[in-house]
Amino acid sequence: MQLGRVTGTVVASVKTEGLEGIKFLVVQPLDKHQEPIGKHVIAADAVYMAGPGELVYFVASREAAEALEPKFVPVDHAIVGIVDQVSS
Amino acid sequence: MKIGLVSGNVVSTINHPFFEGHRLMICDLISPEGEPDGYTIAVDTVDAGVGDTVLIIDEGNSARQIFGLTTGPIRAVITGIIDSIDQA
Repeated sequence: MQLGRVTGTVVASVKTEGLEGIKFLVVQPLDKHQEPIGKHVIAADAVYMAGPGELVYFVASREAAEALEPKFVPVDHAIVGIVDQVSS
Repeated sequence: MKIGLVSGNVVSTINHPFFEGHRLMICDLISPEGEPDGYTIAVDTVDAGVGDTVLIIDEGNSARQIFGLTTGPIRAVITGIIDSIDQA
């Protein structure tokens, strides 16, 4: 898992089957000092409460699809927590 | 498996149900010689503390088995505290 900062939202009306009702957010991956590293990713919001400006942690690959159980969801990044506090 | 150095933790109230009751640690990934190689946020199973050198499993299926799950958005888990590393 990695830290990230939500920088925006993505709205898509036409989506592949399985993505209905999923909220997508633009996330900037961060290093442990909360400095940006790498490129933005579009992540599904698996906590249903994340929004722009928030510090979150997210998972990638198969774990992202599993975050949105019970049905299989075709996503490659998913936000699984909103960070209250980090000590690094 | 990977070698990590625990450098801090992440506190989160709003998160995926899996993470309830689990401690999340920020771990610097290092080579056996101590060279840094990024970081990951891992779930602790051994009561690791800041400053500990730890063994991290970074593979989803093994991680889920540790928690007795078949599904779950989990991949990096601290599975041991390293006492010493000897390189021939």
